[in-house]
Amino acid sequence: MPSSDYDPACLPDLLPLYYRRLFPFSQYHRWLNYGGVQKNYFQNREFSFTLKDDIYVRYQSFNTQNELEKEMQRMNPYKIDIGAVYSHRPNQHNTVKSGSFQALEKELVFDIDMTDYDDVRSCCSAADICARCWTLMTIAVRVLDRALREDFGFRHLLWVYSGRRGVHCWVCDEAARKLSAAARSAVAEYLSLVKGGEETVKKVVLSDPIHPFIKESLAVVEHYFPQYALQQQDLLSRKDSVDKVLALVPEDVKKELQMRFQNEKRPEIRWKLIEDQAHKKQSTAKKGQHFEKEIMLQYCYPRLDVNVSKGVNHLLKSPFSVHPKTGRVSVPIDLRELDKFDPFAVPTISLICEELDRPKAGEEEEEKPEDATEREDERDAAEKRKIRAYKRTSLAKYVKHFDQFLDALARSRKGELLRQSDLQKEF
Amino acid sequence: MQFTGRRNKFGTNLQTELYLQPLQFYGQPPLENISLSEFETFAVERLKLLKTVENLGVSYVKQSEQYKQKLEKELKNLNFSYRPDAVDKDNKESSKKPPQNGPSELEKRRKDHISHFILRLAYCQTEDLRRWFIQQEVDLFRYRFNELQPIQKLEFLHKNNLQYDAISVEEKKNLKDNLVSSSYAVSGIKVELEEFYKVPFQDALDLVRTRKVYLKDGFAYIPHQDIVTIVLNDFRTRLSKALALTARSLPAVHSDERLQPLLNHLSHAYVGQDYSIQKNVGKISLEQIDSLSGKSFPLCMRKLHQALRENHHLRHGGRMQYGLFLKGIGLSLEQALQFWRMEFTRGKVDADKFDKAYAYSIRHMFGKEGKRTDYTPYSCMKVILSNPPSQGDYHGCPFRHSEPELLKQKLQFYKVSPSGVSQIMELVKGMHYQLACQKYFELTHNVEDTSFSLSHPNQYFLESQKLLGGGKDIKREADTPQRSQENSAPRGSSAADASEHLAETTEDLDAFFVDV
Repeated sequence: MPSSDYDPACLPDLLPLYYRRLFPFSQYHRWLNYGGVQKNYFQNREFSFTLKDDIYVRYQSFNTQNELEKEMQRMNPYKIDIGAVYSHRPNQHNTVKSGSFQALEKELVFDIDMTDYDDVRSCCSAADICARCWTLMTIAVRVLDRALREDFGFRHLLWVYSGRRGVHCWVCDEAARKLSAAARSAVAEYLSLVKGGEETVKKVVLSDPIHPFIKESLAVVEHYFPQYALQQQDLLSRKDSVDKVLALVPEDVKKELQMRFQNEKRPEIRWKLIEDQAHKKQSTAKKGQHFEKEIMLQYCYPRLDVNVSKGVNHLLKSPFSVHPKTGRVSVPIDLRELDKFDPFAVPTISLICEELDRPKAGEEEEEKPEDATEREDERDAAEKRKIRAYKRTSLAKYVKHFDQFLDALARSRKGELLRQSDLQKEF
Repeated sequence: MQFTGRRNKFGTNLQTELYLQPLQFYGQPPLENISLSEFETFAVERLKLLKTVENLGVSYVKQSEQYKQKLEKELKNLNFSYRPDAVDKDNKESSKKPPQNGPSELEKRRKDHISHFILRLAYCQTEDLRRWFIQQEVDLFRYRFNELQPIQKLEFLHKNNLQYDAISVEEKKNLKDNLVSSSYAVSGIKVELEEFYKVPFQDALDLVRTRKVYLKDGFAYIPHQDIVTIVLNDFRTRLSKALALTARSLPAVHSDERLQPLLNHLSHAYVGQDYSIQKNVGKISLEQIDSLSGKSFPLCMRKLHQALRENHHLRHGGRMQYGLFLKGIGLSLEQALQFWRMEFTRGKVDADKFDKAYAYSIRHMFGKEGKRTDYTPYSCMKVILSNPPSQGDYHGCPFRHSEPELLKQKLQFYKVSPSGVSQIMELVKGMHYQLACQKYFELTHNVEDTSFSLSHPNQYFLESQKLLGGGKDIKREADTPQRSQENSAPRGSSAADASEHLAETTEDLDAFFVDV
């Protein structure tokens, strides 16, 4: 496993190299500047750095990309968080009258963390993840991505691997960035189905009629459920987990199923039996009996950390920040290849730093056209070398995806400007 | 905001016209002169009304018959307008409701108007206060809007320039299935008869939050019967903006020394006792906590304590709820740090990590870090309504956030008699969580009828200690928070002639909040 290459003790040695030669500053600035449409959008953005020994520095802000670059290369943060766009420069927040320093805008963000699924995974617990439970993240991304696009009409969703055990989503549409705290919490609650803490056994309760959003989400879950839950998690094979599932069905059905399960060990058939019981109930009872759906949702439906999404000023780990424990870079995920995404294949800082030192191999042909232009403009040579550096590493494809995301953002900004000027002509 | 201007009792014509409508958006501030004593009475009575709105919202399903009945009764008691059609009747047939029975409908509406604007002054100062005030005013508005006749509703929409786009028959046909399965009350036939309005989802947050509306591409499709949600959303937005504006002009109001103490007192009143006064700091030793948790902690805290002892860890929500409670019963900062460090280091957290990751938040609770707010222990209302527990959490209210079956088992385990268990479960079923907790208190302390009304976990603790006679010191402290609150208003006031009367009204107010 490549992660074994990474040793947390080396992080202080690797970070300077990473921030000097690999961190994609230009794209990063392009993102947070949002085309410079709104004044001071980048300048009033809060960054916060976690330094060595968990020293936490909040309210950093920068005037230019260059200033950000210099500061990050000087501080070499272990972790970078992004906060809100404020009414004033965050690094001057102490100089303005209290009360007038306010968080105005931020991307709508979602944080899904594998630890929140501990009661429904049999493979790992807490901070551990494996290829088996990662399916839960795949489901989460599919469900939320669909809803945010189709139901809420958002277009620019940046999905990012958190570097350890979860995924983040940054909704970057202008409308999303302008949402009030109340609107953010309403969106988050609309998207939350699994409710209750340690004292709640049945965490999903459906009532008639089933909302179109739930139907759509169920379709996603149903697609993964047999393979993931029945095969990989042994949901209906092990005694203890069978008992947990049966605790979610009505008493009479439970007795019936317990009896039948004695002669039937195959998980697929057992699931079929549960479904049959549910259908039988649904045809006789007047009130909603959706326990088979509720089971699927309880075991697979995305579990959001609602508090992260609610606050405009809540900080979230930045893309391309390195996770200090695993050494993995927090990279954007390309949804076209979501099912193939393997968190263990995400490059670690030690891997990409090593790749940088390797003699160039097999990249000559790809680089040639750019070499030609470089000769034409010697002044930018140093700059170009830096831009190119990450291209020699496994980070390249993730930055490329990030580029595509930014291009789409720019295109829709342009479309919006055109539309507005068209409107003006009419009058 | 100003109350200067016309001497005329009903102000300008505009004002009179305003009071002809049964409901208003409070767009225009009152412009008349009023006496200081009227100012105070109005403010105090509206606060009582809003407090009632809050309490009813917790005890009953909003908009249920019972909720409406109780609210109507309260509106009547406090002489706020409660009959949408009353003005016409008053004018036409005064015999039916003689004015000597109390103020006329117009006067009630005037009072409603003025008192709303006074409380804006008192509740615009902090985020917390604004949120509370807006929530109660919105609930009150919802009740009143729903009481209007259909024709009055349309009139209201028209008068306030609220127009929404209805979707075409064609579009309705295409979306029919989704529209039907998005709303509880709309059947296939009704879809065809009813108008649907297409609004940005941001304008219908209450329906979005509860998934009671069809959403497509950022738009919510709202059936006519739910139009109250958009109106409320509008009301909420306007009120929120107005409060922000009011906050800016507040210094001018505060320079008036007759008003400042009253306004301050009004804004402090909404939480009731806050149990943050700690004269009993250090009167409890860490060794006592285990036994106290069995005897005198309410179930929510007992649960958190157990979870902490078992897992040697609590997540943020639990640390806040339990940590502030412990602070409230008298743990000092040093004790708290020692307590949490001892427990956490028994688990996966080493002392070093504790000092880095957790000690900060405990000092924060005691107001030693960050904004330096001295946080107050959570009230029942806060525990029940905000931040519900999710996976891995042990906080919240056991009566609200537990599976009934588990709660039952737990009660049995704590040796509550079968009849007691069923009484408690009945209260839980009716969503009377605080009453359920009080019942539990009565059963476990062997008292027939408690003389207090439970609204705070720390109150539970103090009352329990009082009964058990445990620790004379704590017993004495039980009364202090209340007393010091009563004193606070006159102390802050330098305007001598106003203060005497003020003390009277506010004492009355305190008594009211102790009651509820």
